[in-house]
Amino acid sequence: MQHDEVIWQVIRHNHCSYMAKITTGIFCRNEYNVTGICNRSSCPLANSRYATIRDHDGVFYLYMKSIERAHMPDKLWERVKLPRNYEKALEIIDKHLMYWPKFLVHKTKQRLTKMTQMRIRMRKLALKTREKIMTTPRKEKKREARREEKAEKAAVLEKNIEKELLERLRKGVYGDIYNYPVKEYEKVLEMDSLQAANEDEEEEPEIEYVEGYDGLEEELEDDIEDFGGLAMNRARAIGDNSEDEDGDEDEDDDAEADRKRGRKESSLALRKVEKGDAGSKPKKRAKVLVEVEHEDADERQTAVH
Amino acid sequence: MGWKRKKDEVEGDDGFVGGGDNQRKRKKATAAATEPKEKREILPSMIKNKEKRSAVHAKLKQQKKLEKRKKLKDRDAAEKRALELGEEPPPKKIPRTIENTREFDETVCRPDDEELYAGNECDEFSSVLKRESTPKILITTCRFNSTRGPAFISELLEVIPNSHYYRRGTYDLKKIVEYANHREFTSVIIVHTNRREPDALLIIGLPDGPTAHFKLSKLVLRKDIKNHGNPTSHEPELVLTNFTTRLGHRIGRLIQSLFPQAPNFRGRRVVTFHNQRDFIFFRHHRYIFESKESKHTDSKDKKMKNGKGEEVSQEKVIARLQECGPRFTLKLVSLQHGTFDTKGGEYEWVHKPEMDTSRRRFFL
Repeated sequence: MQHDEVIWQVIRHNHCSYMAKITTGIFCRNEYNVTGICNRSSCPLANSRYATIRDHDGVFYLYMKSIERAHMPDKLWERVKLPRNYEKALEIIDKHLMYWPKFLVHKTKQRLTKMTQMRIRMRKLALKTREKIMTTPRKEKKREARREEKAEKAAVLEKNIEKELLERLRKGVYGDIYNYPVKEYEKVLEMDSLQAANEDEEEEPEIEYVEGYDGLEEELEDDIEDFGGLAMNRARAIGDNSEDEDGDEDEDDDAEADRKRGRKESSLALRKVEKGDAGSKPKKRAKVLVEVEHEDADERQTAVH
Repeated sequence: MGWKRKKDEVEGDDGFVGGGDNQRKRKKATAAATEPKEKREILPSMIKNKEKRSAVHAKLKQQKKLEKRKKLKDRDAAEKRALELGEEPPPKKIPRTIENTREFDETVCRPDDEELYAGNECDEFSSVLKRESTPKILITTCRFNSTRGPAFISELLEVIPNSHYYRRGTYDLKKIVEYANHREFTSVIIVHTNRREPDALLIIGLPDGPTAHFKLSKLVLRKDIKNHGNPTSHEPELVLTNFTTRLGHRIGRLIQSLFPQAPNFRGRRVVTFHNQRDFIFFRHHRYIFESKESKHTDSKDKKMKNGKGEEVSQEKVIARLQECGPRFTLKLVSLQHGTFDTKGGEYEWVHKPEMDTSRRRFFL
């Protein structure tokens, strides 16, 4: 008691290593402090008679310090084990701190309450699973991001997907769904190539007819029949396997609806005849006419050669 | 200047003693001094003056660029010449890529591996993959869900047929797995969010299938894709490419078991998981086949008659894709043998940072 005031003056005004100043207040980091605040009445160093509660492995102990033992720092703090039961612990505190200042008794009981609550909560939490936060060093994150970028560029995804789909189409995984099933496709190609070869030969006499507009329709019909018949004949006789792809194949796509070969040929024939016929009936198959003219022009040139 | 001083020194040191020797030594010294100087090129890094150094470096770079361009021109010219003459063009060199120079991995699956097929027969996915049971997926999130999570999950629900979303309460993962087992689900997918972005995917096969933990990145939702399409509800086709090793194969089968094995080709929906350098890229497209006409005129054409070798115009079938649905990349972090159990589980594969040391080594 004699030294307390002096100790307090020295500690407070000079330096105390347990003191922690924060914006909201001044705290004491000493383990024996009952309230945790740096106060004249709460400082365990500046009070010869002091009591506190400390927790060790989930068991609470009441620590007491008295002036009689002030000269023996080794035996300074007296320890009493408190029972698990909250009420019983309170009674024990009352018993030991019977004639002590009210302030200390009150604060000790408050501390006990708080610590029991904390103990309950900690036990409950330990039963639940908590997520553990793992950190990755920044270098690794950056490295991964860089490698991912390069991998994405290296994997030309669109091309690869398209390639895969075309492979599947070629293998016939899709069956008959599409209008370009490969085998029939190639057969049609062959047929068209044959037809083109034949038409080349017949073009020269036709040229005379096409220039006139009048007899065209009649000739159209004639030619359709001719061609139709010829085409059917040719279809049965599979000639060269020359994979000659003409521009005539466009018409396949345009005449999507017509799956029957006969009609295909006839429509082809029609267009063949309408070659130089830019004027009459352009609306009938405007789209087709445009496409065909180019090729026919070329063909004609080559034929003329 | 340097060698002049040397000469003086030599002279000074020896004085008149052994004058003849001196002279010979001197000549040798000077000759020796000049020769290495001429042989040694001055690297830009040896010049201490910054301006001069950068000037020299720039000049070097330009020289290199010119050389490269010249080489390219020569190569093109040679090819063209060879084609004109009708000879074989010089063989095209194959560029070196990381995939070409990948480190040899003995776990790469070979097509004639009996063990592989036997393993496939009796692994956890075989029942789904053999169409004995249809996959039923449970999707949920981590405990704290935030901004992009629900949007991503709703898109996932559209991509994967027969999938259901359940809100995650505060249930333990192990409890969720039990629950899913009761309700006959075949897989559980958990989307984990971090910092308001989905960043991990946990795929658990059931009943006691493997647990794969993936890191998710580069998520792009459908609304952020330009010209996106809207997926239908037909069963999608799966494209799984480039899973080479045994581990990759297993992961491929895991992914495959999420989707029903009866794709509806009329729906023209394709879902792609493409593995490149251990990154699995996910894409979702609608496709259509078209025939494209491409004119290919050759100089020979004019001389030859039509109907012989050269074609005036070619027709090709191409596939056109329209992207719909989300886009993201996955990277495998760990593969555990049983269902989710971080403490007691047996891990088949775990990613460790020391595996990243080589740039040519990949595990999937």
